[in-house]
Amino acid sequence: MPVFFENREIVTPGDLLAEGEYEAGRNTYRDDSRVYACKLGLVEYKGRTVNVVALNTFYVPSVGDLVIGKIVEVNLHGWTVDINSPYLATLRPSEAFNKPFKPQRNELSSILDIGDIIQAKVIAFDRTRNPLLTIREPGLGKITHGQIVKVSPAKIPRIIGRKGSMISMLKRETRCGITVGQNGLIHVYGRNPEDERIAVLAIKKIELEAHTSGLTDRVTEMISKERGEE
Amino acid sequence: MTSSTISRIRQSQIAQLITSGKRLDGRGLMDYRPIQIETGIIEKAEGSARVRLGKTEVMVGIKIEIGEPFSDRPDEGVLTTNAEFVPLASPEFEAGPPGEDSVELARVVDRGIRESKAIDLEKLCIIPGKKVFIVFIDIYVLNHDGNLIDASALAALAALTNTKIFKYEVKDGEVEIKSGFEKLPLVNFPVAVTLADIGGRLVVDPWLDEEEVMNARLTISFDKDGKICAMQKGGSGTLSPQQIIEAVKIAKEKSEELRRLVVKEG
Amino acid sequence: MTKEVRLVNKKGIRTDGRKPDELRPIKLEVGILSNADGSAYIEQGKNKILAAVYGPREVHPRHLALPDKALLRCRYHMAPFSVQERKSPAPSRREVELSKVIREALEPAIFLERFPRTSIDLFIEVLQADGGTRVAGITVASLALADAGLPMRDLVAACAAGKADGYIVLDLNDIEDKEGTADVPVAYMPSLNAVGLLQMDGQLTPEEFEQAFNLAIEGCKRIYELQKQALKAKYLAIKEAVEEAEEK
Repeated sequence: MPVFFENREIVTPGDLLAEGEYEAGRNTYRDDSRVYACKLGLVEYKGRTVNVVALNTFYVPSVGDLVIGKIVEVNLHGWTVDINSPYLATLRPSEAFNKPFKPQRNELSSILDIGDIIQAKVIAFDRTRNPLLTIREPGLGKITHGQIVKVSPAKIPRIIGRKGSMISMLKRETRCGITVGQNGLIHVYGRNPEDERIAVLAIKKIELEAHTSGLTDRVTEMISKERGEE
Repeated sequence: MTSSTISRIRQSQIAQLITSGKRLDGRGLMDYRPIQIETGIIEKAEGSARVRLGKTEVMVGIKIEIGEPFSDRPDEGVLTTNAEFVPLASPEFEAGPPGEDSVELARVVDRGIRESKAIDLEKLCIIPGKKVFIVFIDIYVLNHDGNLIDASALAALAALTNTKIFKYEVKDGEVEIKSGFEKLPLVNFPVAVTLADIGGRLVVDPWLDEEEVMNARLTISFDKDGKICAMQKGGSGTLSPQQIIEAVKIAKEKSEELRRLVVKEG
Repeated sequence: MTKEVRLVNKKGIRTDGRKPDELRPIKLEVGILSNADGSAYIEQGKNKILAAVYGPREVHPRHLALPDKALLRCRYHMAPFSVQERKSPAPSRREVELSKVIREALEPAIFLERFPRTSIDLFIEVLQADGGTRVAGITVASLALADAGLPMRDLVAACAAGKADGYIVLDLNDIEDKEGTADVPVAYMPSLNAVGLLQMDGQLTPEEFEQAFNLAIEGCKRIYELQKQALKAKYLAIKEAVEEAEEK
């Protein structure tokens, strides 16, 4: 039961990763007894499971995910939200208000209008219909200040870090609030634009160097250097 | 491009039968459907033929006109092939500009005729650089029940065999049409054979339902000397190199069978 | 074919100095257009071709959406200035056919069934044509698809072989394409041993075809290695730069 690469080696679609009783994990597929990569990424052999940590991917909604999106359409049935995914999401009035929705009294666009950015949670998705969102939870709803940074959704795990280590460091060192949407959009809000600028720089650096080691130290270093030059 | 429209149960029925060497319409894997060829059926056309391949029905009309040669081939006649998926031929066909399927059909048929040099185009030159004969091959699909390529190629060849060109005379640089006709200088006889891969097995002459189930098809055109003159893989699946080599062998044999239907002495 | 052109000399050397089984120099770059979800660029001989992928995304118009898989749309297009005599920018019948066969060569590589009701739009722009644009277009499009992060069974490598002056030759250039005896373009997925595109025009005996076909497959395998390098290049460069800085 051989494997054909070393851990964390870069692989490309079609690369034969393992043969025998291996399980095809993330970004891999199985054909008979062979496991192949289906994305460009870093291969990870974990026991019997073979994964590929993708270097670039797009966001596919999953129930429970926190996402950041933009209102692109308002109609009687609710809002259509661009969540940086192959599928547009729907936010129904019942998931936006605590009170029952009355179309004759409530003008939807006065609550959320086209171009507004929201933080929301995915409550349903099965690919046969567009994902449904809710903003009826604390912390969700319209974003009114700060900045939105867009990164490849593939890099989100790296920005959060193991047990949230990277994101805690980022918040601490940049003195910014940072909310990470699983869809690759990140909300950064600080007390002044300079803090936000540094936070954005740090996030971009993590995105670029996500597949390298020793990243936390380099990012910390970069942040203090940027501060020193203020 | 569209997802299959025949039921899953029929799809698996077709595929399973083929795995055991049989076909839903009773044919062997290497059998063509019954073929009927009629020629000279449109009096106003310089050449014409109708081919029935099972329920698939294709008409080809040949029109000859005088026109200008291409600048890079000043002393050759011009060959142009077009295919129409007439709306009456299938619920799937719509009126309008040619879609990619009809463009592909026309170009594959054209390639077989052109690459085998079936028509001696130099003999179609009237005044070099100025006037040549243009041969219009118009493929008209009348009923679509699969394998339009083979039916169309066969109909085109049959139509070309009975195509006549009006006699002419050149006087002071002008072309004068005279009474009487000559035969089109047809010097080769290309025939197309299409195979489909269904569940890993090759079959010849897929009909419509089989086309919906197939992984991919491969068309191979042979000239009268047994040389390959055109090929086209179609469909959104793949073939293995071994299958392709096998398909060439099968197609060569089948092409000779088909050619005998059109060219008696060939 | 009226004028006699010598395509391979007595020593078996072609007009551009290559041996019969040699590829032209190939340069591949990945991720070069910022707007596209995936993009790539190829130079093969004098061919210069860009490919870009948008999607998976909402299908427009909506009624074209497929319930069980993503809709792959492909447009192969030649720039008006890509050839000697200006080409009209309107799509020709040749371009319509090539768009179809290119799509059919790439479709089996992508897990389209994972993204029902979406479209994946692929654009191939030939900026300069030098023979073999359809195969170079497939090679570069396959990289753009991988760059877009689409799940793929394999990369699709494509290459033509053919016959010129009695020789079976690999990767035909413009003049060999126009004046040669035959051309066999092939697209191939090496890990799966599967052929997604096969066309042929010209005249070949079945034996010659088999030789040319096998040579084209061999060419595809070589191009496949270049594709892998190109995909990895961007990330390896960052990794190296970081590690170098670390050592200082």
